[in-house]
Amino acid sequence: MPEQALSGLKVIEFGDLVSAPYCGKLMADMGAEVIKIEAPGIGDEARRRKPFAGEKAGVERSGLFAYLNTNKFGITLDPGSEKGKDIFRSLIKDADILVENNSPKQMQSLGFDYASLEKINPRLIMTSITPFGQTGPHRDYKATELTLYHAGGFGMSTTGVAEEPVPTPVKAGGRQALFGAGLSAAVATLCGVFARENIGEGQQIDISVQECLAGQYESAIQQWTFDGNEMGGVSVPMLMPITPLPCKDGHVFLMCVEEREYDNLVKVMGNPEWADNELFENRFTRAEYSDALVIFLAEWAEQYTKEEIFRIGQDGNVPIAPAYSPEEVVNSEHLNARAYFVDIDHPEIGRARYPGAPYRFSETQWRIVRHAPLLGEHNKEILGDRLGYSQQDLDDMAAEGIL
Amino acid sequence: MKKLPLEGITIASFGWVWAAPHLGRLLADMGARVIKIESQTKMDGVRGLPPFPKTEDGELLPGANTSGYYSWLNRNKLGVTLNLRTPRGVQLAKEIIELSDGMIENFSVGVMEKFGLGYESVKAAKSDIVYVSLSPLGTSGPIKHYIMYGRPQVYLSGQGHISGRPDGPPGSPISWGDPVAGNHGAFAMLSGIYHARKTGVGQFVEMSQLEGMIGIIPEAIVDYTMNGNVHMREGNRHEFKAPHNAYKCSGDLKWVTIAVSNDNEWEALCSAMDNPEWANDPKFADGPARWDHQEEMDEHIEAWTQNYSDYEVTERLQKVGVAAFPVLSNRGLVEDPHLNDRNFFQEWDHPEIGTKKYDGVLWKMSKTPGTIRRHAPLVGQDNNHVFGELLGMSQDEIDGLVEEKVIY
Repeated sequence: MPEQALSGLKVIEFGDLVSAPYCGKLMADMGAEVIKIEAPGIGDEARRRKPFAGEKAGVERSGLFAYLNTNKFGITLDPGSEKGKDIFRSLIKDADILVENNSPKQMQSLGFDYASLEKINPRLIMTSITPFGQTGPHRDYKATELTLYHAGGFGMSTTGVAEEPVPTPVKAGGRQALFGAGLSAAVATLCGVFARENIGEGQQIDISVQECLAGQYESAIQQWTFDGNEMGGVSVPMLMPITPLPCKDGHVFLMCVEEREYDNLVKVMGNPEWADNELFENRFTRAEYSDALVIFLAEWAEQYTKEEIFRIGQDGNVPIAPAYSPEEVVNSEHLNARAYFVDIDHPEIGRARYPGAPYRFSETQWRIVRHAPLLGEHNKEILGDRLGYSQQDLDDMAAEGIL
Repeated sequence: MKKLPLEGITIASFGWVWAAPHLGRLLADMGARVIKIESQTKMDGVRGLPPFPKTEDGELLPGANTSGYYSWLNRNKLGVTLNLRTPRGVQLAKEIIELSDGMIENFSVGVMEKFGLGYESVKAAKSDIVYVSLSPLGTSGPIKHYIMYGRPQVYLSGQGHISGRPDGPPGSPISWGDPVAGNHGAFAMLSGIYHARKTGVGQFVEMSQLEGMIGIIPEAIVDYTMNGNVHMREGNRHEFKAPHNAYKCSGDLKWVTIAVSNDNEWEALCSAMDNPEWANDPKFADGPARWDHQEEMDEHIEAWTQNYSDYEVTERLQKVGVAAFPVLSNRGLVEDPHLNDRNFFQEWDHPEIGTKKYDGVLWKMSKTPGTIRRHAPLVGQDNNHVFGELLGMSQDEIDGLVEEKVIY
C-alpha cells in the first residue's frame, strides 16, 4: 500500500460522538493506524444518532457514525473490568497517541489519567478533549453541543438586532462546537508529535471545547477589550454591507469588506440614485445606516433568484453567495466537477455518498480504504493476532461482557 | 532542550485576511517561525479592520499597525514587506521559501503562478517544500475564480440553511469558514512536514475552504444522500432531546442553556425547580411527549429561570447532574471565572496599541505549552532581521532595495 502522510503513527481512540472521533478520522484518513475502543454491546453514542440509512435505527446504520469512523479499526472493551484495563494498557504501551473525550473524573477513576499512562509509555501523547478543559471550576460540568456552542460565545451574536424585541440566542445547525474542537485537537496532536522529537517525551494536551470557540471567535474578544463593544442586543453592525438578503427563491449573503467591493456592487446594481446618498459614503457610515441600506439592497435582490445573483454579483467581482440547502450542496456542479463527495460501501448501509477530503495531497493521497468498523469488527485481529489472546480467551471475555 | 513544540519549523506565509493567517497563528503560537510576507502595494486588508484602540480622550486611532483584529491574528509572526511585482522581490520570496519547511498562500487562483511562485517554480528552488494553497473554492471547477470570504462560505456550504430560527433568515453570524480552513490547513501542513522529514519528499496540498466546511455538517449532507431528507433551520432544537433550549434569566440579555438527555435528568431538573405542578401533566411524562410539547414546556421553564441569574441556574442544575450553562457574550467570556482561572486570556504590549487583553493560546500542552512571545509585526518590522540576518544581505543592499521599492 502506498505511503500516506501519517503512515506509521499509531493512535488509540477512546471517545464518543463527534470530537475525539473527528480528530481520529482526520488522522486515519491521512494514513495513521487508528484503533477505536467502544463499549461492548452499545458502542459509540454516534451509533444512536441520525441520520440512519433508510431511516431505520440500528447500531450499524448511523450515517454520522459511518462518516466519522472511516479507516479505523474497531474493538470493544469494558475498561471497568480488570482484564479490560490490562488490554487497554497493552494497547497504550505500543501507541504514539491516545485521543479521548471522557471526563477527567472518569479517566481518573479508570486509572487512565495521564500520570498513570505516562508510566506505561513515556512517549505517549494524550490528547484529552473535554467541554471545559482539565482544570478550573467548571471542569466537571456536564455539557452538550447546545450548552457548549453558547458557552463559547457564538450564540450571543445571533441576538444582535436593529430594534427590540431581542430574540432568544440560537445555535448553528449540526455540531459545530464538537467538530471545531476535534479539528483543533488534530492540529494540537501533531504539535505533540513534533514536540516529542524536540524533548524526547510525550505529554498531555488539554483541549477545551469552550476555548476552541472562544479563541476562534473572529476578533470578538478584542471588540470588548479594545472598544467596550458587547455583542448582542440592540446594536449596529461593524461594517456594511455584510448581510443576508432575501431573493426570489431563498437568500443570498453579501459581504463587502473593502470599499472597492461595494463600488463593484453599486455598479452591478446599475448605479442606483440612492447609492449617491452621503449616508452610504463608506463602510462605517453604511453600518450606522444599515436599516436603510438593507431595504434598498433587498429591493434589488428580490428581482432575482439566488443563482442569478450569485452569477451577476460574482461576474462583477462582488463577494456574494447563495444560501444553499444540503440538497443543493450535494448536487453542486462545482463540487461534482471536483469529485468532492466520496462513495463508500458498508455491509449494512450499502453504498452511500459522504463529504470527501478537506485537502488534496499531490504525493500522499487522502483515501478511504476501510468503512467504519462494525461493533467489535477487529477484536480478533487486534486482540488475537496482535496482542496474542487465544480464541478461547476472546470467547470467554465476550461471555463475561468484557468484549 | 527545545521548549516549544514546533521550534525548528519555518513557514513562509503569503496569507491574507483570516483563513491562512489563522493557520499561521496556530503554528506560530506553538513555536514555529512564521514569516508573513506583505507588501505596501497591497496590505493585508485586516490591517484596516476594527477594533482600534482609543486615546484617553476617546478618539479612535486607526492606522496600518493598530487594528486589534490584525494584532490578535498575527502575534508571534515576523513581518516583511516584499513587492512581488518585481523580479527581485520574487527572487527574495524564493530565498525565504528556501529557509522554510512549508508555505501557505491564499491569493486568488493563478496569482502565485503569475508572480512566478507557483508550485513548480518553488519546487525547483526548494524540492521538499510543503506548499499549501488554500483557496476559497479550490483550483479547479467552474466557479474556482469566484471571490469569497469565510462568512459567505457558511451559506455556500449548506451550514447557513440549517442554522437560525425556523421563521428567520438562514445563517450564523460568524466567519466560521476561516478558522475551519485555518485548522484543516494547519493539520495538512503539519502532516506534510511530518512526511517530508521522514522521507525527504515535499508536496503540493490543494485546499478548498468550502470543502472543509461541508465536511463538518455530515448529518445534513448524509441525511440527504441516504434518505432524501433536507434539513431546515431548527433553532436550538435537538433530534430527540427536550428540554433543549436557551432560557431567559434575570438581568439584561442573559440566558442559560439547558439540555436534558433522559428521564433521570428530567426528574433532576424538576427537583431543582421544586417539582412544580405543571411538570406532572401527562404531556411531559416521557421523552417523546416532552419533545412533542417542548414549546409549551419551554414557557414553563423560562418562567422559572427568569427568577435567577444565568450562573445561579447553571450551578443549581449542574449540582443535580443536568447540563446547563450561561449564554456568554464576548464580554461574558472575558469575565468568566473559569476561563480566567485557566489563564485563557493574555495581555500583551504593542508599540502602537499599548497593553491589551486578547484570547490566548488555543490548547494547553503539559510539557511544552505554546506562548505569546511577541506582538504582531508592524509594517515591514522584520525586514532587517529576515533579509539581513537570515538571508545574509548587507544593510546597504537592503536599503537600496527599500529605495527601489522591492522591499516595500
